[in-house]
Amino acid sequence: KDEAQLALIKDMEEMLDFWRGVTDVATPVDVRVPFHSLQSVKRHLESLELEYLVMIQDLQVMLDEEKLEMESAARVAEPRNTESFDFSRYHTISEIYSFQDMLVAENPNLVSKIVIGQSYQGRPLNVLKFSTGGTNRPAIWIDTGIHSREWVTQASGTWFAKKIASDYGRDSALTAILDKMDIFVEIVTNPDGFYFTHNSNRMWRKTRKPNPGSSCVGVDPNRNWDAGFGGAGASGNPCSETYRGEKAHSEPEVKSIVDFVKSHGNFKAFVSIHSYSQMLLYPYGYTTTPVKDQAEGSCAITDLASLYGTRYRYGSIINTIYQASGGTIDWTYNQGIKYSYTFELRDTGRYGFILPANQIIPTAQETWLALMAIMDHTFKNPY
Amino acid sequence: MIWTVSTFCSHLFCYINATLTGGAFPFLRSFTPVVFSSIVVLQPPAMSPSIIIVLAVLTGVTGSPSVATSPAAVDATAHPNSVVEETEIFGWQVSVEKEAEEDAMATGELNPNHYPAQRAAKVVQHYLNVQYGSPFRLFGLHKVHSGNAEDVADSGRKYQLEISVQEIINNTTEKCSAELLFGRAGEQRSSQVQVSCEELLKTSTDAQEDALFRKYQMNQSLLSAENLPDSYGHMEPDHQPLWHLGIVASSSVMLKESTENTLYNMAQVANIIQLASDNKQVKFDCHVLLHEMVSQEIIHWKLLFTWSPPDGVKVLQMEKLPHCHDCKVPPNTN
Repeated sequence: KDEAQLALIKDMEEMLDFWRGVTDVATPVDVRVPFHSLQSVKRHLESLELEYLVMIQDLQVMLDEEKLEMESAARVAEPRNTESFDFSRYHTISEIYSFQDMLVAENPNLVSKIVIGQSYQGRPLNVLKFSTGGTNRPAIWIDTGIHSREWVTQASGTWFAKKIASDYGRDSALTAILDKMDIFVEIVTNPDGFYFTHNSNRMWRKTRKPNPGSSCVGVDPNRNWDAGFGGAGASGNPCSETYRGEKAHSEPEVKSIVDFVKSHGNFKAFVSIHSYSQMLLYPYGYTTTPVKDQAEGSCAITDLASLYGTRYRYGSIINTIYQASGGTIDWTYNQGIKYSYTFELRDTGRYGFILPANQIIPTAQETWLALMAIMDHTFKNPY
Repeated sequence: MIWTVSTFCSHLFCYINATLTGGAFPFLRSFTPVVFSSIVVLQPPAMSPSIIIVLAVLTGVTGSPSVATSPAAVDATAHPNSVVEETEIFGWQVSVEKEAEEDAMATGELNPNHYPAQRAAKVVQHYLNVQYGSPFRLFGLHKVHSGNAEDVADSGRKYQLEISVQEIINNTTEKCSAELLFGRAGEQRSSQVQVSCEELLKTSTDAQEDALFRKYQMNQSLLSAENLPDSYGHMEPDHQPLWHLGIVASSSVMLKESTENTLYNMAQVANIIQLASDNKQVKFDCHVLLHEMVSQEIIHWKLLFTWSPPDGVKVLQMEKLPHCHDCKVPPNTN
């Protein structure tokens, strides 16, 4: 009715959940009243001669109905093609595996799926091969999700796969690369762990292989490679998150990549993607012995920052983050794959592993710029 | 008989490796005394009969310059500058199962990009959140500009840092100078921190804090929430202040637990429950998951804390929960 009434209602804003707050005399306000306060609120409004109308009798009923609706919508709306795949959400392993098959079906002349092995629990280890032909062309490898809790990486890997398929023939730099080189992308590098993060423990990192004589499960797949294996920078305790395993390449998830890379014999760049910390890292992790060949990385992080201003640090693993033995890119570098890099994606600790889904696409987009810088450099500097 | 040295372990021994195999010494970094107790397992090269010698390596290694080299040709006759008293282990394959309490740490001017300065700076972040954090004020480390570390006799190691911090909620950044002292390994002393920033508290959060405080005080039913954020990084907007309170309370734990060999972030508030309390503050019980970067472990803590705008967050009790290997965090463990 008047300003005085407005003030009275404003007083109530601190005590009740207002969905639409006080503005002016002509505009209504909406307030959610918990059941136990309902009678006293009504009496209070009446005593102040404030007119009210009940718009929703029981909010919980509406919420329950909405929930049911959303659940059935989710079941029905499985994407029919990669165009309707929602890259801004986190997906389950079966959704990602379906995506892979769809991408291949939609791009039969560019994309194929290679199963390089099986996880401990028997899940296929799928690698997407992007190739315009040739035989055993020089190749680039990208893997995501080797540590299962690092969800932004599998989500980004999915985005990268779509990006490569979409940009071939449209983006000149990528087209030039694919006309001479192949790109391999393994999105779910640790599928058993990934399934476990969805169904049991969101913070699971390792594989899911039981350890004989221990109640603790799993090996850190990024300490299981044959580079400095057994040294400091990994644990010998099966209960540890950085347990190296009984021997190098004991984990099928690791051995499959090792075998694939060795038999291929023509990889020129190898990028293994992790989160979080916002870093681009080069070997070594197990020793302070420096490597050559890493100038192009600093350009990569400049490119990355150009999109959203995200700041990355650049350096060797052992200097920048910590000593780590048995790591992926130490092994690949020692195999002669000169351009071996590890990313640690967003963020720097505020959300950590549970990065909000609305950051997936920005993360993937900015990381893609860095990947392009690395791939482009590899392409232009054959060896 | 040519014995080669290959070492894959701490900086100390890697420098030995480098120097024994010859090569240039491009630059020197100063070397601090290493105090560590670890088991050193020595394995002779293949040609010798296999003898395993276990040394309990004790204290008091004298500092000497350390070097880093490029992978150069093996030259078994070169002798290291960085002599460690225990190394009558020339030519022996050394593998250290490292229970070292202190690595050979960089001293003097620090590379701001490398982990020693970064870990110290993170401790400053925790300190700022303990001192000034609230549901509407939270600090994150933005950048390390420069750093310096030195040993302080009998007390530990002192770091001086120039950093930028970000107040996350209002998205402001500013420069700070900090000094922190990490206590000697083995002592339960927390790191001591001093910070001065230009205008740290420039945006007033009083009105928001007072409003929230009143709302919490007047709750007819006590608040509770779990999984902040959830697996997908989401939470109800109403729960955000609870998440922030969890971060501030956790910062006390992270500050207390931090060493030069750790880097803590709070991974998740597993659950948080409001408890009845008097009018002067609101009280919460929470179960938080901390992520320790170096070990990559998720460490569970239970915290009892109060909050009020004038007094900030005060942690009354903190309890580390046992390591749970295959855990699924149960909801509302109270």
